[in-house]
Amino acid sequence: MNKYSDKIKSILIDLGLSLLSIIVALIVGTLFIYLTDKSPVDAYSALYIGAFGSFGAIANTLWRSTPLILTGLAVALPFRAGLFNIGAEGQLLMGGFTAGIVGFYFTSLPAFIHLPFAIIAGMFVGGLWGGLPGLLKAKMDVHEVIATIMLNHIAIALTINYGINIFRNTGRPATPRIMESAAMFKFKNIMDYPLLSNLPFAELFAQPAIRLHINFFLALIAAVILWYLLFKTTLGYEMRAVGFNPDGAEYGGINASKGIITAMFISGAVAGLAGVGEVLGTHLSFINGMDAGYGFTGIAVALIGQTHPIGVILGGLLFGALAQGGLEMQFSGIPSEIVMLIQALVIFFVAALQVFKVYLAKRKAKGGVE
Amino acid sequence: MDTLKQIFSLSLILASFRFATPLILAALGGIFSERSGVVNIALEGMMLFGAFAAVYGSASTGNPWIGVLYSMIAGLSFAAILAIVCVTFKANQIVVGTGINIFASGITIFLLQVLFGVKGTSPIVNRLPAFRILNVRFNPITYIALILVPVVWFIFFKTHWGLRIRSIGEHPAAADTLGINVNRWRFISVLISGILAGLAGAHLSIGDGSAFVREMSAGRGFIALAAMIFGKWHPFGAFGAAMLFGFAEAVAVRVDFSFIPSELISAIPYVLTLVVLAGFFGKSTPPAASGEPYYKGEK
Amino acid sequence: MPREDNYILDMQNITKIFPGVKANDNVNLSIKEGEIHALVGENGAGKTTLMNVLYGLYDPDGGQVFYEGEKVNLNGPQDAIDLGIGMVHQHFMLVDPLTVTENIILGSEPRSGLMLDQKTAKREVKEISDKYGLFVDPGAKIQDISVGMQQRVEIIKTLYRGAELLIFDEPTAVLTPQEIDELFEIFRSLKEQGKTIIFITHKLKEVKEISDRITVLRSGKSIDTVNTEEVSEEDVAELMVGRQVLLEVEKTEAKPGAEIFNVENLNVKDNRGIPAVKDISLSVRKGEILGIAGVEGNGQSELIEAITGLRDIESGNINLRGKNISNYNARQIKREKVAHIPEDRQRRGLIMDFDLKENIILGYHDLEPFSKNGIMKYDNIAQYTQDLIEKYDVRGGGMEAQAKNLSGGNQQKLIVAREFSHDPEFLIASQPTRGVDVGSIEFIHKQIIDRRDNGAGVLLVSAELSEVLSLSDRIAVIFEGKIVDILNASETDERELGKLMTGSKAEAGGESNE
Repeated sequence: MNKYSDKIKSILIDLGLSLLSIIVALIVGTLFIYLTDKSPVDAYSALYIGAFGSFGAIANTLWRSTPLILTGLAVALPFRAGLFNIGAEGQLLMGGFTAGIVGFYFTSLPAFIHLPFAIIAGMFVGGLWGGLPGLLKAKMDVHEVIATIMLNHIAIALTINYGINIFRNTGRPATPRIMESAAMFKFKNIMDYPLLSNLPFAELFAQPAIRLHINFFLALIAAVILWYLLFKTTLGYEMRAVGFNPDGAEYGGINASKGIITAMFISGAVAGLAGVGEVLGTHLSFINGMDAGYGFTGIAVALIGQTHPIGVILGGLLFGALAQGGLEMQFSGIPSEIVMLIQALVIFFVAALQVFKVYLAKRKAKGGVE
Repeated sequence: MDTLKQIFSLSLILASFRFATPLILAALGGIFSERSGVVNIALEGMMLFGAFAAVYGSASTGNPWIGVLYSMIAGLSFAAILAIVCVTFKANQIVVGTGINIFASGITIFLLQVLFGVKGTSPIVNRLPAFRILNVRFNPITYIALILVPVVWFIFFKTHWGLRIRSIGEHPAAADTLGINVNRWRFISVLISGILAGLAGAHLSIGDGSAFVREMSAGRGFIALAAMIFGKWHPFGAFGAAMLFGFAEAVAVRVDFSFIPSELISAIPYVLTLVVLAGFFGKSTPPAASGEPYYKGEK
Repeated sequence: MPREDNYILDMQNITKIFPGVKANDNVNLSIKEGEIHALVGENGAGKTTLMNVLYGLYDPDGGQVFYEGEKVNLNGPQDAIDLGIGMVHQHFMLVDPLTVTENIILGSEPRSGLMLDQKTAKREVKEISDKYGLFVDPGAKIQDISVGMQQRVEIIKTLYRGAELLIFDEPTAVLTPQEIDELFEIFRSLKEQGKTIIFITHKLKEVKEISDRITVLRSGKSIDTVNTEEVSEEDVAELMVGRQVLLEVEKTEAKPGAEIFNVENLNVKDNRGIPAVKDISLSVRKGEILGIAGVEGNGQSELIEAITGLRDIESGNINLRGKNISNYNARQIKREKVAHIPEDRQRRGLIMDFDLKENIILGYHDLEPFSKNGIMKYDNIAQYTQDLIEKYDVRGGGMEAQAKNLSGGNQQKLIVAREFSHDPEFLIASQPTRGVDVGSIEFIHKQIIDRRDNGAGVLLVSAELSEVLSLSDRIAVIFEGKIVDILNASETDERELGKLMTGSKAEAGGESNE
């Protein structure tokens, strides 16, 4: 019994700290809203309505959360292995671009081959884009923060600046529209599928404004898989050991390089999946701006989720709500960048409150005298 | 052949100084911070915010020098956040640094709208006076940067301030036992890094250009960190490295490479940074205590 | 109320509490001017804490400090330094990349205008160096000089700031017996010049040799203060521990079998690329304990790391049961039924943030029954952990507790439990009882002897000469990366070993075994 109550206590503390961070961030956010001469009450109610005000809003909040959950996972997993992956943005772009090319290039593949192929290709390339800084870190001790940020900028040059220009066939800054066989199932089209249209809630989804697509469920599955990987497999045990104490891990016969590279590859693949979803599910092509800063928001998501895959789902939903609600705020005249500010504030407060957690733990433990 | 001639022309080398300026300043700032034991990856955000503040200062007073002052205050204020949260409250330096960068991106765009009513680019403002050598524009901030290099060297290796900063970055407990206030010196070092990064931003917006464009720092804060590492945390080394990166950017902007697509040329500085960091030019060891918060009484 | 005049220092009722632990509990300490006073106690008794309070590094939760008759408030080291109190720490407080002079003047730098006055600094350092016979090289970097010189730099640091009362925390831990003699000469010289010395130690022989009076701490309390000449080592040991102490380990004669392990002409470099192990050859047989005696820093760490797969070798061979394992990594070596108790339990031996369950399997985590096909089997792990912590008496909160919340002794017992439970045939134990309480020391020693009696070969490395002598069957002395001699433990003593540890070969007695 004792061990469960301790575990529950620590989960509650984590939850409480995250909640506190959000609340304080929102409160500080009101200061910035005052700068716009609008009322915070208007702003936050617009936020709420935009995110939860109707079934369609909620569905779109889930849609917005999809890439955030994935980039959040992409930051959280390596964090557990002692690494900072700031490169989710670039990994997302590379994955999405690859999916976009596979999506339009192969014109006569059946859907059950084309779609998985596009997804896997995108995830693989994303994985490479993550594995590369992992390799540099493992073999040459290159600081992964700088390496991943450099790769972000390189990815932008490769995909948005160069890649689009090679393949575009219209005036839009985007690759050609993907084939139908590579498109992800969109919930608004639910009535087109005889089996699904008979489900009780089917009609609710059939609104044209709803943009939710199947990648949301892939994201949830990814979270569960990563949770299992981290906490139930030997690979996860080794990653966490390396993250806490690389010297102790080496003593224990653990190959730190393998752990680092694997963690970064998986992380890149997951971030790549975020990009894949945006291309195959949201935009139906790789278009300039499809990344929308998801890679950086993912950092806030990972932190507020206490770098735990399940926490990341919750964090992703929260920031999805903020993003969706932010649109509504924009309509009432408040710059949606407020949401970005709130994200940054969340990061500050989570980091600051983390110290509090360490302080609490020190109070409990034997201290000082050894 | 023609390409080569272009690369090694005098005007390109002069242009390197211009492009290297923000890197030199930010790298010097990074040296202060990291030599004292605090990893500062928020140089990027401080630079961006400094760039914006410079434009705001110049716009509201008409005097670009006020803009310079504003840029330094802007960098200082972000550095204060890093210092308070990381040195005083001992939070994770990289996480907070990342937060500051995100905050800077958001606040600059936000303030563009609130203060100037625009979305992506600020109105044109008065820029700093400058003169040209061989078709290359030099503004005062470049001179400041060049003068600061030997000044920073002098501070670090010839004064007691420098001795103390170096010691707290290598062995803070040793300094503590001699009565040196480790966290106070770290705090000050971080503030200095913010001032220098902010000044770097001023070069970008009102030194080189005459307006603020969103995200105009474009990763230079991180390239500056790479210059600092490559230069082994030494002012002269960082200067040399910054010049190298500045040269790369100058080449990317001004030289005609027929065999590389123009869209990819912009990626050259970033690729070069990666190559440098991967140690193709030798390994670098940071100050021993860098990155770890200092708790009194713990060894 | 301060006491009579010739007490230079009077600490009264000092209490210092850390989370979960009362490190100092109403401790009293009075020091006479000009005396050499030993502060003794076991690991964890509160000696270093008390001195840190005196030096201003900690604020006491209760009690008062009187210096030269006046009540003082020490808010930081600067206050202590201003009063004339200087401290030479157990782990040197020296900045490696800076020079000797820079380290000495740090914080009290002589200046001319904006610049550091290097000339004056060098001159003042030389004056002190000459006056007290403390030879140092002013321009050398700390990372390049010997441990002995580093210690002298630490002493000069205190004298540079006008210290009259010098505190030494375990100063002899890193010295050979001969260097200890030199240090005590320095103590006598300082005493002649009117300085007062407090030195912390747990080595009773030294206490008898140099001190005038002794104060004993136990479990955070001051037990007694005695005149050195009126007590014996056994008396002091009893005061330290609170009961009669067996200063000797009980063991039977060894019955060694065939050779199980050897190294041939092994060469290993240290972290800076400098040869640390030079052409070493050793052999260990089943059922025997080979102890390696030597002052820390003479290549033992690098030797052990090479043997356990944590460091590359330059040349030579490592053989286990006749098989060449020179290039094996840590994982492969563990699979050969080799156990390793590492010298740094917090850095190598444990993952401090993991709980006991996850630490018990460290190094064996991919084996059945702990995992199968890459999936962890936490039920089996829990059962295994429970069994072991009962069997090895590991205390600290059950298997869900984090390793960092255990005491040093219990952490070490956890490591011993883990390593021994896999029935090793070859055991490498490096500083196995450093920082461990007496009760756990006895337990761990017994475990090692049991292993030996069960036929395992044991390679023991320890900086505690008494431990090496009492546990080992044969002893190899290491100095500057080379084996100076190998002797039977029964045929040698501390004096001879001490001499060998400084590099001089054995003069008489002791058969040399290769």
